[in-house]
Amino acid sequence: MTTHVQEFLAQARVVTRDLRHRGLIQTALRKYETARDRKKAAFNDWQSARQAAAETKWDAINHLDTYLAEFADKMEARGTRVHWAGNAAEAREIILGIIKSKGARSIIKSKAMTAEEIHLNDAMEKAGYEVVESDLGEFIVQLRHEPPYHIVFPAMHLTRDDINELFQKELGSASTREPEELTMIARRALRRKYITADVGITGANFAIAETGMISITENEGNARLTAALPKTMITLVGIEKVLPKLEDLALFLPMLATAGAGQTITGYNTMYGGPRQPGECDGPEEYHVVLLDNRRTELLADPEQRDALHCIRCGACLNVCPIFKNVGGHTYGTTYSGPVGSVITPHLRGLQDWKHLSGSSSLCGACTEACPVKIDLHHHLLRNRRNAAVGEPSFFERLAYRLFAFVINRPGLYRFAKEAGRLTEPLQKLIRDTPLDPARAWTGTRDLPPMPEQSFKEWWEERR
Amino acid sequence: MTVTLFIPCFVDSLYPGVGISMVRILERLGHRVVCPEEIACCGQPAFNSGYWPEAREVAAPVLRRLQDAEVVVIASGSCGAMLKVFYPQLFAETPQAEAAKALSPKVWEFSSFLADKLGVTDLGARFPAKVTFHDGCHGLRELGIKTAPRRLLEKVQGLELVEMADAETCCGFGGTFSAKFPMISTAMGEVKCAGAAETGADYIVSNDSSCLMHVQGLLSRQGSPIKTIHLAEILAQR
Repeated sequence: MTTHVQEFLAQARVVTRDLRHRGLIQTALRKYETARDRKKAAFNDWQSARQAAAETKWDAINHLDTYLAEFADKMEARGTRVHWAGNAAEAREIILGIIKSKGARSIIKSKAMTAEEIHLNDAMEKAGYEVVESDLGEFIVQLRHEPPYHIVFPAMHLTRDDINELFQKELGSASTREPEELTMIARRALRRKYITADVGITGANFAIAETGMISITENEGNARLTAALPKTMITLVGIEKVLPKLEDLALFLPMLATAGAGQTITGYNTMYGGPRQPGECDGPEEYHVVLLDNRRTELLADPEQRDALHCIRCGACLNVCPIFKNVGGHTYGTTYSGPVGSVITPHLRGLQDWKHLSGSSSLCGACTEACPVKIDLHHHLLRNRRNAAVGEPSFFERLAYRLFAFVINRPGLYRFAKEAGRLTEPLQKLIRDTPLDPARAWTGTRDLPPMPEQSFKEWWEERR
Repeated sequence: MTVTLFIPCFVDSLYPGVGISMVRILERLGHRVVCPEEIACCGQPAFNSGYWPEAREVAAPVLRRLQDAEVVVIASGSCGAMLKVFYPQLFAETPQAEAAKALSPKVWEFSSFLADKLGVTDLGARFPAKVTFHDGCHGLRELGIKTAPRRLLEKVQGLELVEMADAETCCGFGGTFSAKFPMISTAMGEVKCAGAAETGADYIVSNDSSCLMHVQGLLSRQGSPIKTIHLAEILAQR
């Protein structure tokens, strides 16, 4: 059985060699950076905004128990059924139970990373239901039987030619390179589904405790249709998405749009307060909100890394991450990729199985700098590495560091090691980049610097 | 002022010119330079890999030997960050916690020491070449050093400084990361080299020899004419 780390390495090897793929992602993200910087400049003071957002999330997460209870009470008061799912299996069971009780056949879904996290589509399809993703990017990757490539831009790895080819094959559409026409093809296919769907499933960007409302922000209007047309609406939301007050959205909506997509504000921002109330003419007859824990409370129990629950899933850390830009989203093999994925996946899915994600970082800190809610991302990678080494240390690695310490703390031995390096340099050149070369991980693509005649310390000694 | 130099292990063994340049510059400015023989490594490789007890084995003697120093100046933003930012974490809740906290404010990365602490930017250096500056991540984001190296470079006679696209993007070295994930490290380095090549610069300059070792290794393998040089070596040129 191949392990997650082997799969990661194999996939990283493929993508790093694929210059077209890397070029595509890097070009797209360069455009994002330009747009984001323009929109950031519209804030009076972006850094203060980050600080305010971080403090609001800190309050929300550190009082999650009271805010969640408040949220649930307020939602239920208007007739919403609130469900508490401890793990992925429970969440799937709850949702499938609702679908079954409604005698539903077809389901329309808007974008929800939590649904990816619990593999909801798989479960619904296995149970015999038809599920259609209504977000354009999600619709595209669903047709390709792929997971989303990126938290916010699920199909960013595809060109319009790729999409044209896909639509021709899967939808029988005519060939076109025009983005508007491609969108129309998807829209025509989707409109029919909205009308026939029995249940609409959405994710959530924020859950407002004060008013008991779900906030969904989107650019296509598909989530509105998903929520409004079917008779039953289900929202699956991670418990960390809570915000204390309605007015917090005044900061978080523009911040999410700016950090996530370089927009002033997202196209459609909707609040969902419950099912159709007496006297109202539209909206779902039944509304269910499923609150998902799935080991988030374990992260909550870790005071060092609790702030990782601040995450608003804007994707800003992915967009600036040089690792993401060179290995792409699918390589991670996780629902949440990029820096935040590397931080939280070891908590959500097992430290020892996923510690390689925390290892595969140069710790450059671009993510932490970009994070709108100031999660200490790259330092959490260090903490994950430490926790992993404490839990299951590698015998050889630990031995190597002990040996290193032994040598470096003894000037005579250290001098000898340098001398040995100089003496064996010609031999190193002979075996460079062969299986005999102990430095092959380096020399496979990089030359080693030549050893100088004299080290600094030797020069210093001689000078004195 | 008595300046205690911290010469990191790879600077000592691979780039002695960087340390020698620092000594010359600091002495020219009239400071007394000391360099304790026993200090060789900050312990960052073990620390970054998660092996904190092993890192403390290397770091504890460093801490002890530097405790009486007036200022500690380091040729590397990365090792500088290790002493200044990470030692207090590494030694938190150990008997050396106080010593680590006390050392932190005395530690300076070389360019920042010159420009920010001493307030000197014109060292009378001459280096007729077109150069581009790579911000090492630790210096930039852990220590907040952005303008000091540029202020110093601007005063170098004959030198033309051109900014590359993504100057602040990691070169891909990342310590043990470069050997554990060589394909990713290399891909990141390729992006960095391409950005530098676009500027038409003769040299990529940085205040971190570790970044430069990686970038130079790639450039040499690619047969690129661009060379790398540490900031201190430029500042020592007459």
